[in-house]
Amino acid sequence: MTYFADVAALARKDILLELRSRDTLPAMLLFVVSALVVFHFSLPSDASVTASTGLLWIALLFTALLGLGRAFTAEREQRVLDGLVLAPCDRSAIWLAKSLGVLVFLGVAEAVALPAYALFFEPVGWELVAAVLLADLGLAAVGTLLAAMAAASRARELLLPLLFLPLVIPVVVGGVGATVADDPGRYLGFLVLYDLIFAILSWASFEYVVAE
Amino acid sequence: MSLRNNQAVLLATAASVLLVAGLALALFWAPEDADQGFSQRIFYVHVPIALTAYACFGWAAWKALRLLWTREPRYDLESYTAVHMGVIFGILTLVTGSIWAKISWGVWWTWSERQLTLFLVLFLFYCAYFMLRFSVESGPRRANLSAVYALFGVALIPVSFLAIRLAENFIHPVVFTRDGPQMSGSMFLVFCVCLAAMLGLFASLYTNELTGKRLDARLRELREAVE
Amino acid sequence: MTTSEKYVTAAYLVVLGVVLLYVILYSFKLSRLEREVAELTELAQRRRAA
Repeated sequence: MTYFADVAALARKDILLELRSRDTLPAMLLFVVSALVVFHFSLPSDASVTASTGLLWIALLFTALLGLGRAFTAEREQRVLDGLVLAPCDRSAIWLAKSLGVLVFLGVAEAVALPAYALFFEPVGWELVAAVLLADLGLAAVGTLLAAMAAASRARELLLPLLFLPLVIPVVVGGVGATVADDPGRYLGFLVLYDLIFAILSWASFEYVVAE
Repeated sequence: MSLRNNQAVLLATAASVLLVAGLALALFWAPEDADQGFSQRIFYVHVPIALTAYACFGWAAWKALRLLWTREPRYDLESYTAVHMGVIFGILTLVTGSIWAKISWGVWWTWSERQLTLFLVLFLFYCAYFMLRFSVESGPRRANLSAVYALFGVALIPVSFLAIRLAENFIHPVVFTRDGPQMSGSMFLVFCVCLAAMLGLFASLYTNELTGKRLDARLRELREAVE
Repeated sequence: MTTSEKYVTAAYLVVLGVVLLYVILYSFKLSRLEREVAELTELAQRRRAA
């Protein structure tokens, strides 16, 4: 049970740090609303409902990237990651804690983004909310692992989007499909599948990513 | 050492023989397809190359798994070489697929061709693999990161394929369709020869590339010892 | 040749071209390796003489 105690402690640390410094989350909120406004101007007047849904998902993806880019900067700048790795906790606990933190940030960002979307474009149905929640799990899981990889490289901010975007294409498909298709269940089920596969893979391989 | 050399020469010879045989069979001997005519013959080069690319990525993932398991550094080189080959075959798949699309439907690209879309996604993914390798210092860290990424790639293949199939319902109507290969016996034989040829080509190129990279590494060691 | 025949031939030629390109690039690498081996042998012999 110390595993989950470790996870809780690490996650709490991240959230507390964010609450005190308040740099990542306000940026994510502002970014997602600005992006939605830009989309209003980029969509031609006869654009379909599907187009604006697609753009919402793009906005969410890039907001996630924004948050993920900052996920390991604190550790890297203060050299805390080495300390964490040396600590007698399972390395995968670090991944789980970070993912939970990212999940919370994403959730808060979406709590602002979805009402804004409903205001600017069109009403939000339950399928969209369900899809967004399921997608968040996959994005957080995969994104945290890739952020750790990028943090180990020289080209950090450049590398993370390159690694992230091809891997999350299925999430976009699942999300948009759940919103616009007649049978959202299939797409939501697909999102669950994606989350399961990649969460397990990320959890299992995180220790190889941070180890020397 | 000489045994390995012999193996390389044998592989190269086998691959060349199979390639020439496959090419000849595909262009001259294979029966003409009823609907598509001569242009169907591109199938004999496009699909084996696509399957070989999948084999490359699968091989790379296997070597990556071995690396993470045993921590022996040689698996890193083997995995990297396999990904390299996979990207080359992937580019060839995209080019031959594009040519086939041009023949069949008059356009150089179509999103309704699932295989092609999947390869585009994989191509992006594995190009990012190279970006990853270039931006990390060489050593066990880079080996581990590359191995984990290669494993993710192999998991991505079926998930992406499923995603692309699901996406067809709302991306746009499937305008272009092509009948699946209802191949006659002789067509299947030619296909098998071409598939063996492409796999043999991969094996041969892979062995040569690996030898070259290993020589590079050993020369570097020698230089450090002598200077 | 009809247009489709031209395209099919083009596809096969592309494949052949890429493989031959690989061979050419590889021979460059081999000559570089040969040069390095020669350099290193000379260095080693000089070392031994000294």
